[in-house]
Amino acid sequence: MPNVTVQEAISQALTEEMRRDPRVLMFGEGVATKRYDLVKEFGAQRVRNTPLAEGIIAGTAAGAAATGLRPVVDLLFSPFLCFAMEEIVNSAGKLRYISGGQFSFPMVVMALTGAGWGVGAQHNQNNEAWFVHSPGLKVVMPSTAADFRGLLKAAIRDDNPVVFFSDIALAFESGEVPAGGEIVPIGKAAVRRDGTDVTLISYAKTVHACIKAADRLAEQNISAHVIDLRTLKPLDEETILNAARKTGRVIVVHEASRMCGVGAEVASIVAEKAFSALKAPVIRLTGPDAPAPASFPLEQAFVPQPDAIVEAAVRLVNYGETSAGDQEQRVSLATSL
Amino acid sequence: MDRQKEKTETNGTQSAAADPAATLLESMMLIRAYEEKLPEIGIKMVCTSVGQEASAAGVVHALSAEDLILTNHRSAGHLIARGADPGKMLAEVMGKSTGYCKGKSGTLHISIKELGIVLTSTIVGGELSLAPGVALSQQQLGRPGIVVCFFGDGAATEGVFHESLNLAAKWNLPILYICENNQWQAYVHRRETMLTDHISTWAAKYGIESLTVDGNDVHAVHAAARVAVDKVRTARKPFFLETYTFRMHGHMEADDQSYVDRQELAAWAAKDPIQRQKERLLREGLLSAEVIAQMETRVRSTIESAVAFAGSSPYPELAELTTEIYA
Repeated sequence: MPNVTVQEAISQALTEEMRRDPRVLMFGEGVATKRYDLVKEFGAQRVRNTPLAEGIIAGTAAGAAATGLRPVVDLLFSPFLCFAMEEIVNSAGKLRYISGGQFSFPMVVMALTGAGWGVGAQHNQNNEAWFVHSPGLKVVMPSTAADFRGLLKAAIRDDNPVVFFSDIALAFESGEVPAGGEIVPIGKAAVRRDGTDVTLISYAKTVHACIKAADRLAEQNISAHVIDLRTLKPLDEETILNAARKTGRVIVVHEASRMCGVGAEVASIVAEKAFSALKAPVIRLTGPDAPAPASFPLEQAFVPQPDAIVEAAVRLVNYGETSAGDQEQRVSLATSL
Repeated sequence: MDRQKEKTETNGTQSAAADPAATLLESMMLIRAYEEKLPEIGIKMVCTSVGQEASAAGVVHALSAEDLILTNHRSAGHLIARGADPGKMLAEVMGKSTGYCKGKSGTLHISIKELGIVLTSTIVGGELSLAPGVALSQQQLGRPGIVVCFFGDGAATEGVFHESLNLAAKWNLPILYICENNQWQAYVHRRETMLTDHISTWAAKYGIESLTVDGNDVHAVHAAARVAVDKVRTARKPFFLETYTFRMHGHMEADDQSYVDRQELAAWAAKDPIQRQKERLLREGLLSAEVIAQMETRVRSTIESAVAFAGSSPYPELAELTTEIYA
């Protein structure tokens, strides 16, 4: 399998889908400037620069999607989505339902997010949970080059609005991508490591932290099961529950802040539906409830690291060796970042 | 732009056209009868366009079947002028399953795809954000229809108004912007929110040709709309028409309008578009009192049937709560 960067994987997905379907078009701030290869192949009508006004970019996408086109828009950085919330949430997410099913919104909204470039809090906020909490949307956040390509293709083919987050730290990572047109279905999590002692559930860059943690845990004879959610809405409950039941110990890891984050939902699903299989409390390792700092060491400290995951996993595996109350206190201390 | 020249062209176009006077009058009468029926039957959480019927009828009757309309929370006039069934509209307002949106819209965002009424948004300015995309579809897919976007002076103060006009101008999108300047932005008079009286002058700054008409004169609105539609259709670029009018009722029917200047209200009541059109047609001998009486009978009967249909329609099944969220 060829090794390609995430950027190349995204370009491949766009090119292939625009070739396949003439209704697909892409626009946004700098799209035509940065993706000149697409302009050359598909022309200036289908690959457009826009004013940097996110509201009208997203609104135009919604209007076009409802009337026959399949737009992909690039809104650059996730905090800029604040300017497009009305169009994404109130129009694209709701007008299908409100209209009694008369319209559909096959559109993709792309944005970068996460620690890695030191861009600070107004270019970096992991706000994916906002969109998960909004009806009518789908939310995708891949961690590998193959998934960037496969999920972007699936998002473009989906008849619903998909918010597609790209973790900044992964933009120039590379990975094996199958040649050909493999689609990665939306709503299906991936098992990245098969293990028996503790389940690590994550998405985006922290999946890689979980894999590193799993390697270190293996050295201590602890077998970690690693799940990459890939899609945050709809959540793959079946894979989450299977993984929880398999080990009875669950750690959810993400860079977004803890309160009402995706981890809260995963923990609730496990508590509601796999309670009897649990050998220890479900815990979350997340970024703090703070704006993202620009300074490199602070930005790195924002992101859950392999060391913290290893420490939490060891504690969970040993849970119950002393009195339960004592352990609960220790787990809660360890996870209050 | 040269308003005087525009006016001359406008009149020229109108006189050459078939006389739509009777259609326009009856359309306005039906809108009025429908909207006045709502509070009568206890529906007060609804935004009506009483006093603004000339704007709706005059513009919509200048359109062709292939044209697409985006409208807003004050939409009944646009819908009825387009030929919507008042029964299915009322059923929607009442949340019945026979409504145009199966009861999931209610009064605020009724879309009717089969009539080209797309993506009605009640978020003030929402229609302005969606219109360029709808027009882009028309442009990219080579469809002949133009896009008409109805909004008010309140929406013109939203940032996305400016984003919409700028993009439509730059991309040569076939959009006819209709600003129904009804002087009221929810509970605030337009004068409190802007220095200028007319929004059309703003459009000119974006390079969009524009015109303001007396929005209470259906004859003038229709003539101007025909010219505007024609310009958008042939030039494939936006045009901005401001219909200067007045919201005769409160923000919604439950609003008692205690804050409205009585003199201003009376002055606009004297310019009632329906009364003006009736008097004009009688005076010019274009319509007889008998014909107008027949229209009144027809309108009354249509509204009575609508009330009966909507009233006897069932509510949606509870299972409908979670259908049609995703395609």
